[in-house]
Amino acid sequence: MSETLVAFYVFVLACFIGYWVVWGVTPSLHTPLIALTNAISGIVLVGALLVTGLESAGFSAVILGFVAVLLASINVFGGFLVVNRMLAMFKKKEK
Amino acid sequence: MEISANTQALAYLASAVLFILALKGLTHPSTARRGNFYGMIGMAIAIIATLLDRSVQSYELIAIGGLVGALIGAVVAARVRMTAMPQLVAALHSFVGLAAVLVAIGTYLNRRTEGSIDLELMAELSVGIVIGAITFTGSVIAFAKLQELMSGSPVLFKGQHLLNAIMGVAAVALAVHFGMTGSLVSLALMTLIAFVIGVTLIIPIGGADMPVVISMLNSYSGWAAAATGFTLGNKLLIIVGALVGCSGAILSYIMCKAMNRSIFNVVFGGFGTAGGEVSAAGQAAQKGVKSASVEDAVYWMEDAGKIIIVPGYGMAVAQAQHAIKEFMVQLEARNVEVIFAIHPVAGRMPGHMNVLLAEADIPYDKVLEIDEVNPEFSTADVALVVGANDVVNPAAENDPSSPIYGMPILQAAKARQVYFLKRSMRPGYSGVDNLLFYQDNTSLVFGDAKDTIEGMVNALKGRGH
Repeated sequence: MSETLVAFYVFVLACFIGYWVVWGVTPSLHTPLIALTNAISGIVLVGALLVTGLESAGFSAVILGFVAVLLASINVFGGFLVVNRMLAMFKKKEK
Repeated sequence: MEISANTQALAYLASAVLFILALKGLTHPSTARRGNFYGMIGMAIAIIATLLDRSVQSYELIAIGGLVGALIGAVVAARVRMTAMPQLVAALHSFVGLAAVLVAIGTYLNRRTEGSIDLELMAELSVGIVIGAITFTGSVIAFAKLQELMSGSPVLFKGQHLLNAIMGVAAVALAVHFGMTGSLVSLALMTLIAFVIGVTLIIPIGGADMPVVISMLNSYSGWAAAATGFTLGNKLLIIVGALVGCSGAILSYIMCKAMNRSIFNVVFGGFGTAGGEVSAAGQAAQKGVKSASVEDAVYWMEDAGKIIIVPGYGMAVAQAQHAIKEFMVQLEARNVEVIFAIHPVAGRMPGHMNVLLAEADIPYDKVLEIDEVNPEFSTADVALVVGANDVVNPAAENDPSSPIYGMPILQAAKARQVYFLKRSMRPGYSGVDNLLFYQDNTSLVFGDAKDTIEGMVNALKGRGH
């Protein structure tokens, strides 16, 4: 099986997981959901690290990679922290 | 130090599992924070596993970019106002989109110097660049509309759909040309056109439809990450991209259902003209609205058995959520039952009202969704509508000529008394006149929501039963 086909297997199965997990999210947490999915989409940081960290990378590639690292880092750190801040606010009625 | 490909793959698998558990945690507020921590750990593992990759040897720029980004992210996260969450999310989506474009191009340049280019890679690159670019500029426009840097009204012009179609075809043609010749010019042009498509796709969408736009762009940012994953052969990116893409798609679907409009209509329909069309509601307007003072409203509410508060975007704009909490406290001291009714599309992003109320320390078990709360209205003494409009408009049920006809609404009309807090008689973002204003049991209290509610709180305190 070619690499791309394996990747496609993974993609399809992950879509099913995403579909079932997200339908279970309670509507009151939809805003944190968007912020959390935003944070994890900062995973493009992995790609940026690979581009920037390559020793043989050309100048243009390195610059592009650097900007991508910067942007993705903002997403990752800002994203998880803002989700945490929001979730800390959700409280039940004190008895 | 470096790790083997297999160890890295296992680390990525652990990350993926942790991300899935993070999303699962959002099924309930009691498990949500823990889920978020799982997500953080998952991300940390992924980053470390990548830094230890044998191809990553040059760390200086990574360190600088990472640290500066972390700092900016942390400061913004700590200081952003909850009312500005839609804008923050739009901005962050744009970063993901742009990062995906840059990673795709950077990967191409690196692979070219290595000589490991093939058609498959270039096809995957092109997809990633186009989706990423559309996500980037689309999100920038969404941010501008939300932050009111540009008008929230839809920007429509003749031949718009044709233009989009032409650009779409051109992008595909350039991608094919790039694949066949490796021409950097084609690559650049394709990227540029994709940037433009992002703009033209989002500017026709009105401010009131922002919840759909944000959900859509959330979805696109996921597909952009997935495409990057295909390009790099990185399964973790693919998994995350699929999770995020599906999440955004589901939210878009939920938002569209809640407005009873198809996604097609929202994206291509140019709804919500500021012009406002005359419909049957115009005739009802002949009857005139009843206005009420703070005193009148308080008189009805202080001895009520049950009050349902319907917050909308206007409450967010007026920053009135804390005043509402005060008001709730005063009412509950008088044994009035107070609950909140949230329509799915209230606010500028899904679940926005819930976060604002949580910020004001209102317990989440008093904040009910449309299906739970609608049966309660007929036994409610007062429905207090704060800065919400279309979501309580009976025209959605009674007036087939209304643009919002068919949309599920909150049954505020069924309460014994309805009080609207509004700044003025100007129509809301959708430009649709609200039939509820003219009902006999409805009164409008004009003024800034925050001021009005504070006035009501003081009136209640003054009474001191």
